[in-house]
Amino acid sequence: MDGEELTEQETALYDRQIRVWGAGAQRRLSKSHVLVSGIKGTVAEFCKNIVLAGVGSVTLLDNRLVTTEALNANFLIRPNGNAHIGKTVAEICCDSLKEFNPMVHVSVAKGDLSTLDIDFFNKFDVVVVGYSSRATKKAVNEKCRKLTKRVAFYTVDCRSSCGEIFVDLQDYKYAKKKLDETVECELTYTSFEEAVSVPWKLIPRRTAKLYFAMRVIELFEETEGRKPGDCSLSDLPGVLKLKKQLCEGNSVNENHIPDSLLERLVSDNTEFPPACAIIGGILGQEVIKAISGKGEPLKNFFYFDAEDGKGVIEDISKP
Amino acid sequence: MDTQQQQSAIKGAKVLMVGAGGIGCELLKTLALSGFEDIHIIDMDTIEVSNLNRQFLFRRSHVGQSKAKVARDAVLRFRPHINIRSYHANVKNPEFDVDFFKQFDVVLNGLDNLDARRHVNRLCLAADVPLVESGTTGFLGQVTVHVKGKTECYECQTKPAPKTYPVCTITSTPTKFVHCIVWAKDLLFAKLFGDKNQENDLNVRSHNAASSSKEKEDVFERAEDEDIEQYGRKIYDHVFGSNIENALANEETWKNRRRPRPIYSKEVLPESLTQQNGSAQNCSVTGGDSVISAMPSLGLKNPQELWGLTQNSLVFIEALKLFFAKRKKEIGHLTFDKDDQLAVEFVTAAANIRAESFGIPLHSLFEAKGIAGNIVHAVATTNAIIAGLIVIEAIKVLKKDANKYRMTYCLEHPSRKMLLMPVEPFEPNPSCYVCSKTPLVLEINTQKSKLRDLVDRIVTAKLGMNLPLIMHGASLLYEVGDDLDDIMVANYNANLEKYLAELPSPIVNGSSLTVEDLQQELSCKINVKHREEFDEEKEPEGMVLSGWTQPPATNGESASTSNNENAVDVTESSSGSEIATKKRRLSETQPENHKKETQNVESDDDDFMEIENPMLVSKKKKRVE
Ligand SMILES: [Zn+2]
Repeated sequence: MDGEELTEQETALYDRQIRVWGAGAQRRLSKSHVLVSGIKGTVAEFCKNIVLAGVGSVTLLDNRLVTTEALNANFLIRPNGNAHIGKTVAEICCDSLKEFNPMVHVSVAKGDLSTLDIDFFNKFDVVVVGYSSRATKKAVNEKCRKLTKRVAFYTVDCRSSCGEIFVDLQDYKYAKKKLDETVECELTYTSFEEAVSVPWKLIPRRTAKLYFAMRVIELFEETEGRKPGDCSLSDLPGVLKLKKQLCEGNSVNENHIPDSLLERLVSDNTEFPPACAIIGGILGQEVIKAISGKGEPLKNFFYFDAEDGKGVIEDISKP
Repeated sequence: MDTQQQQSAIKGAKVLMVGAGGIGCELLKTLALSGFEDIHIIDMDTIEVSNLNRQFLFRRSHVGQSKAKVARDAVLRFRPHINIRSYHANVKNPEFDVDFFKQFDVVLNGLDNLDARRHVNRLCLAADVPLVESGTTGFLGQVTVHVKGKTECYECQTKPAPKTYPVCTITSTPTKFVHCIVWAKDLLFAKLFGDKNQENDLNVRSHNAASSSKEKEDVFERAEDEDIEQYGRKIYDHVFGSNIENALANEETWKNRRRPRPIYSKEVLPESLTQQNGSAQNCSVTGGDSVISAMPSLGLKNPQELWGLTQNSLVFIEALKLFFAKRKKEIGHLTFDKDDQLAVEFVTAAANIRAESFGIPLHSLFEAKGIAGNIVHAVATTNAIIAGLIVIEAIKVLKKDANKYRMTYCLEHPSRKMLLMPVEPFEPNPSCYVCSKTPLVLEINTQKSKLRDLVDRIVTAKLGMNLPLIMHGASLLYEVGDDLDDIMVANYNANLEKYLAELPSPIVNGSSLTVEDLQQELSCKINVKHREEFDEEKEPEGMVLSGWTQPPATNGESASTSNNENAVDVTESSSGSEIATKKRRLSETQPENHKKETQNVESDDDDFMEIENPMLVSKKKKRVE
């Protein structure tokens, strides 16, 4: 499959990273197409990373108009006074990203992520859904799974100084270096819907608390009819009540999810820029791994909390 | 996270960033987004094409400009109202003295070399300003916090010394491709195109050297009217042919070794090559600049392709011709530069021909360039992650949250489920010569070593001093600085040539020296022990410095030295070699309660969280390949 050679220009530009992942991986990257939706701080970091890495194309989906809130943690939007009036976040970010690497085709797609039809997703090798509702994540994931070709699916969220990444690579084969020989490995992933439906009793106690906390808030926003991330401190009593119900329903102790963690997540819905850089960096690395087929991809959740500084992988799959 | 207290700590902070490269670009962006409003940034480098894949603040049109300045301008575009001051300068310049450092609340390093890191560490200690240090290689990275008196300083643990090879391995018995590269770069290239007055071991192994040294020397001299191709063939035949043949004459050397094969140009190249130097096709276009290259006229395009002996020989002759035809003025002053296309081509070809001769596998230009230039493997994502971690630690430092400081490893493969692994910082090493006042011990032959040897091999090379001063009792023996008068300079120069025991104030067994660097405000005591004999193999420097750490691990593979005369220096990948040096057990440094907590959260069956140095892991792997 790696017929074509890299051009002299590509070799010069990508010199340092080719030394990390090789020319074959670089060629595969340059032929890949990535869809990204929800361009807030963490996703902006992610976009920068894959544009620099030299993917073939990046398609941006974010119909929000540019507001002061959109500027937070997003270095792709310059505070340009009136210049942004009437422009969407995707359009502004598209212009900035193009500058980072002229060899990558960056464009904007219109439409609502949750209602785009299945053919739309067929154009991509990777789909990244940022800051979406539980229903949207499920719907897009299902569409990707119905396609005959494998589309790598990711979700990413960042609240306060905490973040979550979900990965679904379906059936995935990759090369792993073991001493001097390369072995072929295979992983089987579960869908987002299956992963979040695993009964809590079956999940090991040592699992990151953030996994459970994110499920509580996700469900709270869904039942209250909120937009993703639309919570404040005044919602804490409602969130705690829901937590209690969920813990009882799952027959696990309420202490399983610390109230202080939920409080942090609902009271501060702005992203902490260092956390964006870290989570966007990990997500970038994972997408590069999945496209290039080099290295072991994470399965299937990743958590970062700046409070303890740990970046943890959790495997929560259907039993 | 966005508490009032935190925001005001960030807003009021004055931050110094050292380095505007891979980590620096990411760091400046993240600092600005996080609300920092007063950032100073020092970097002496200018932008290159190979930076653009990760140093995202730079564009192709910026190539050649100051990194610090362009990074500043780029960040001001999305955060116009903050203050960023850039310095296009070397952090070791005297203007960046202790007083300069004192104005900052925290210093953040995004450097790529040991020397500058040590220098900044000392200034931070002298100015009592906390330092957050970082490094990345490929997917691996590390962030550490250094606060005087609270955590270890950057130099509390020994850093691996630059890798060096015994001189005879390079000159006569190479066994690895890297040996051929060092030979081609440091000996052959330097001999042909560098300073003629530099000592050079290129001919050291020819056994009748004494009798014919004059004649040998002449081989490298090109007569004014000598045809360049003829000259090139003469060099070729000398270094790959007759030199090898001479070496083969010494049967002793090859008893247990594979014998090399002499290669002469007439065996691999046609009688006469077509004349093509000076034609336009020798220029290739990379990044908009016209580059002199031997490849296009030979029909070679792909730098990742493996060339055979003939192709390498053609490149060798063609590159040499081009140096004389197009870059004559530079000959005599050239030093190898990984960004000099023609130099890389010449060194690749020469190393490959030598490798062929010694039965060592050949390498592509791309690979050879990486080895010759000690190129650091770098990706944007690791730098972004590390920059995020630096800012998190910087904020803790500003809030004086000492018990929350962490040293964090960014790993390629998860260890105990973690890709980002924080551990508690280590306490200062009580016998660190930099941050404590523990004296060092120097074993030296005081009758046979000159003060110059002490300055070069110990004070400069080992202690990393920039502007040193050496005192014995009340007598000042040596000093460096701009403000010295002629008499003092003459005095010091005379001292340099004296044996230690014959100095105005003789240094003998039991003497105690004070060595200081006024810029770094570092002072250390050295107790001298006279010793007659040194093992030439194991202690080729003729002196042994000890005291601040455990003796260096004896590594069977590289009986290496860092002596310039006896070994050829290969500086290992800058940031890479400096990432943590040893295996450490978390339990050693965890307070009791924390340890328990770790056990509860994790499994009960093992008490230790073992942290392997990512660099060691990667090195082991490399060795296997
Ligand atoms: Zn120290």
